[in-house]
Amino acid sequence: MKSSKVGPWLAIILGALYFIVPLIATFEFSLRMKRGQYSFEAYRIVLADPQFRATFLFSTIVALAAIVVGALLVVPTAYWVQLRLRRLRPLIEFITLLPLVIPAIVIVFGYIRMYNSSSILPLTSTAAGTNVLLTIGYVTLALPYMYRAVDTGLRAIDVRVLTEAAQSLGAGWGRILFRVIFPNVRVAVLSGAFLTFAIVIGEFTLASLLNRPAFGPYLQLMGANRAYEPSALAIIAFAVTWACMGLIQLVGRGARGATPVR
Amino acid sequence: MVDQSEAQAIAIPAQPAPARASTFSWAWIGVTPFLAFAVLFLIAPTLFLIVGAFQDAQGHFTLANLADLAQPSIVRAYRISLEISITSAILGAIFGSLIAAAAVLNGLPGWLRPTLLTFSGVASQFAGVPLAFAFLATLGRTGLVTYLLNTYLGFNLYSTGFNLLSFWGLTITYLYFQIPLMILIMTPALDGLKREWREASAILGASTWQYWRYVALPVLWPSLLGATLLLFANAFGAVATAYALTGSSLNIVTILLFAQIRGDVLHNANLGYALAFGMILITGVSNGAYIWLRSRGERWLK
Repeated sequence: MKSSKVGPWLAIILGALYFIVPLIATFEFSLRMKRGQYSFEAYRIVLADPQFRATFLFSTIVALAAIVVGALLVVPTAYWVQLRLRRLRPLIEFITLLPLVIPAIVIVFGYIRMYNSSSILPLTSTAAGTNVLLTIGYVTLALPYMYRAVDTGLRAIDVRVLTEAAQSLGAGWGRILFRVIFPNVRVAVLSGAFLTFAIVIGEFTLASLLNRPAFGPYLQLMGANRAYEPSALAIIAFAVTWACMGLIQLVGRGARGATPVR
Repeated sequence: MVDQSEAQAIAIPAQPAPARASTFSWAWIGVTPFLAFAVLFLIAPTLFLIVGAFQDAQGHFTLANLADLAQPSIVRAYRISLEISITSAILGAIFGSLIAAAAVLNGLPGWLRPTLLTFSGVASQFAGVPLAFAFLATLGRTGLVTYLLNTYLGFNLYSTGFNLLSFWGLTITYLYFQIPLMILIMTPALDGLKREWREASAILGASTWQYWRYVALPVLWPSLLGATLLLFANAFGAVATAYALTGSSLNIVTILLFAQIRGDVLHNANLGYALAFGMILITGVSNGAYIWLRSRGERWLK
């Protein structure tokens, strides 16, 4: 029995090496800015850079907007499909999978050509309009993950009974959605939200092609011009991704013990 | 409410038709915002490019754009993209499955599995520009691994012709998100292998190899192949990592399209649409096959 465990351990250890060595290397490289000694100089420079703050703030705001729009779009739809339009489920699921099929660069290419200054809806002709388009693009990119999270959350509760109970107490549709359904799927929405944040925060293609001052293009610019700062930025980006995934687990674990709301 | 209307439907046959019609129209209104969003920001922009691929500059129907895709630089871009995507998908599938199998099947310590899955969740999302930085710091000319190999083993990686800004460099980098994605997809599939199957085959005298060859792999192959196709599409559409790693020195199709969107490097807007159409076609076929295979694979997991 013991000898049969050598193979699995080998796979795990080699895998771990492949994934940990680049992180160590990146971290080590990020400390090398001052000659002959390890220091956090690169981090200090990055964190003090007004461009870093401005772009990170911009991407955070866009991410939050994408989360709100995504949740408002997905939760009512998934709820309604579950309650009334079960035969539409395959169609809706197919649509939510499309962003995995159509590469992001193709979607944004379509946006640029469809919503340019000569179109009926000239979103790209103003900065505000382009920000709207960028947010919408991120909602689209996160759609597969947001929809799956919310759909799983809705399957776990009895949508029909909750709706009928709320209706018999005189609640209208708005009240049912925001006071009954949303609180009951908040864990699912939150995990979708953190995943959206992780996708959006360092996203490069859309932000760059729409010419927005986001964190992803800033990262790319730093990579092209600096030596040590990019490694520090990579470590920061990894920490942000890790925090998002950790929060998903934390929220999910909290949900198991908690009692359903209302 | 539903029970009541159903009861009415049975009791009074004349009544239900208008009642059902009104619920029907109500019901459609509920998904209208979503469908409008999907049409405006997902389907219409894609169709716009697809239609444009079949038009000339004056808007007349033509197949010339698709024919123009056959020029050597574009064919080469597609070929390198396909090679990198296929290689990273297959290697990612093999290593990912092996690691997932090691964690799921062979009584390794209990803490290993959740750790692996959490880490895979993080690493599968850790793509784009920061990933390129990480690999430059690892395997670049001044990277840590390059330095350690040279100093302690006297092995100069770059004298072997290796270059991070090349086919293998990009493939090794892509594996950083491909392997974790495979682990995430294959873990539930491997969980679906029932203990009884292994026991039954052992009782019938099957060796471990025979169990894998005749029982486990036939059950797993739709998931395996499907996941590999998803990995392929995942790599094929990737832009940021390659762009940050190689600038525009490696001619893959996404980088060519990126340059085309930025500044019409092909000097023909409609050829750009055709380039995008080719990408949609390739990822569409592989994802379609994935969805079909996944539905086949799930039969055994129920």
